[in-house]
Amino acid sequence: MGSKETPDLKIILEFGAGAELLFGNIKKRQLSLNGAQKWTIAELLKWMHANILTERAELFIQGDTVRPGILVLINDTDWELLGELEYELQPNDNVLFISTLHGG
Amino acid sequence: MIAARGAPEIEKAKLRLEIAELQAVLNAKEQQLLELQSTISTGASNGGEPESKQDHQKLSNDDIARYSRQLILPDFGIGGQLKLKNSAVLIVGIGGLGCPAAQYLAGAGCGSLGLVDYDQVERSNLHRQTLHTVARCGLSKAESARIALLELNPHCHITCHASLLNRFNAMDIMHGYDVVLDCSDNVATRYLLNDACVMLGKPLVSGSALKLDGQITVYNYGTQGPCYRCIFPVPPPPEAVTNCGDGGVLGAVTGTIGAMQALEAIKLIVGLGDVLAGRLLIFDGSSCQFRNIRIRSKRANCHVCSDQPLITQLIDYEVFCGMHATDKDNPLQLLEPEQRITVVDYQKSLQDKPHLLLDVRAQAEFEICQLPQAINVPLAQILDGSYLQQLDAQFKSSGFPIVVVCRRGNDSQIAVQHMKNQFPEHFIRDLKGGLHAWTNQIDENFPIY
Repeated sequence: MGSKETPDLKIILEFGAGAELLFGNIKKRQLSLNGAQKWTIAELLKWMHANILTERAELFIQGDTVRPGILVLINDTDWELLGELEYELQPNDNVLFISTLHGG
Repeated sequence: MIAARGAPEIEKAKLRLEIAELQAVLNAKEQQLLELQSTISTGASNGGEPESKQDHQKLSNDDIARYSRQLILPDFGIGGQLKLKNSAVLIVGIGGLGCPAAQYLAGAGCGSLGLVDYDQVERSNLHRQTLHTVARCGLSKAESARIALLELNPHCHITCHASLLNRFNAMDIMHGYDVVLDCSDNVATRYLLNDACVMLGKPLVSGSALKLDGQITVYNYGTQGPCYRCIFPVPPPPEAVTNCGDGGVLGAVTGTIGAMQALEAIKLIVGLGDVLAGRLLIFDGSSCQFRNIRIRSKRANCHVCSDQPLITQLIDYEVFCGMHATDKDNPLQLLEPEQRITVVDYQKSLQDKPHLLLDVRAQAEFEICQLPQAINVPLAQILDGSYLQQLDAQFKSSGFPIVVVCRRGNDSQIAVQHMKNQFPEHFIRDLKGGLHAWTNQIDENFPIY
């Protein structure tokens, strides 16, 4: 921020417990997002939907948020503690999407 | 051509089951005797139900010898052992998670264990459900586990509940226990256990596993600890839920999580360490990484655990979740009867003629076994259209009938429905009942999984 050319916003995106299957079976990605704009989780979800979601979208997105049963962790903390969709991504944030398991 | 299993095989299986059942009766009697003996020696009397109200004041010499390695732990000691001896733990689901959990709890000297499972032991359980044996296939899982656990520790009082837990029997079964372990395999039972634990004020040690992944946390513990509904107010859509029968699971993964469930139960009972509440432990077996993530505390407007709950008695959880309270197969009925072909008709009228047999299972499953001439095109490739584009060109020239097969005849219906939209005029059928029907009705030597 402040400099003329805005650097990219670099974050790490991770998927676990099967959520990766909806995103080309890649568990960990390094993202460089356009640093000129503000990125909330809501915007990140839209970007993911448009760019990297490869399987049936309804298994990940419902309305403008993630479907029931997917946990969103920002730096290993439940997003519900951090403002959910409104949370503004910071450089080097780690965002983890994890499916909950029910088998035994 | 209906396959009949050899008579000696049936006879052998029957005998094995009879022996196992007799063994279960014998075990129950031995336990009764043990109880009578201990009643006489301590002057205490116990009812048949879990003995959570037991009040042992000291350890026997046998206890001291048996539990010596944990007694010398400074944080555990005699006090911890006595608390365990006076405790009662209910384990719901005696499968991949429940077996190791029960084994470690019985081994550690938990005084009373309740085992809930409606199901019977099958061969496909044995790779992960380590208390059961080949000889006990067909026996109730609860009874089978009791036999194994009493061999390990005859001092453990074991109560079997060989029925499906539901809203009518749950409170009765659960009320006498101090801690409940959710080792179940379905969403409906998870909500049922949660709500009942909230209403009864009991901590719930919840474990789950699939493929190479596992998760564990403790719900409903302490003043701030969330319940399952605080974290998951809405159940997941059924199509997003995979069970171990469809997704697969490694025994060492369920074993890891089940052993940790026993550990958390012991910590809860003894008052040891930091209980895994308000945190979720995520285990990724493929990279062998554990992640301990911070989850929210109690939800102020939680429907069951808040100060003004909307749910004050148990509900119909199968309706609430839109899913059954078992992980058994529920045959799909997507297609009209005329869009399907039975294995008998296929073998009689089509198998020897030119046709295209598409097997829509995943590659790993196709490699296990396949019908002659079958071509493997996983369902995903049919649904995303990539295979159908290829097929289109061939189609214009040939008019071969198409038969679609999978393991049990569910995915094949989804595939046929999708292909019918694209080729409404073409002969496309799903093989009713899939490869399971093939084994049962055509070729008993065809492997079943």
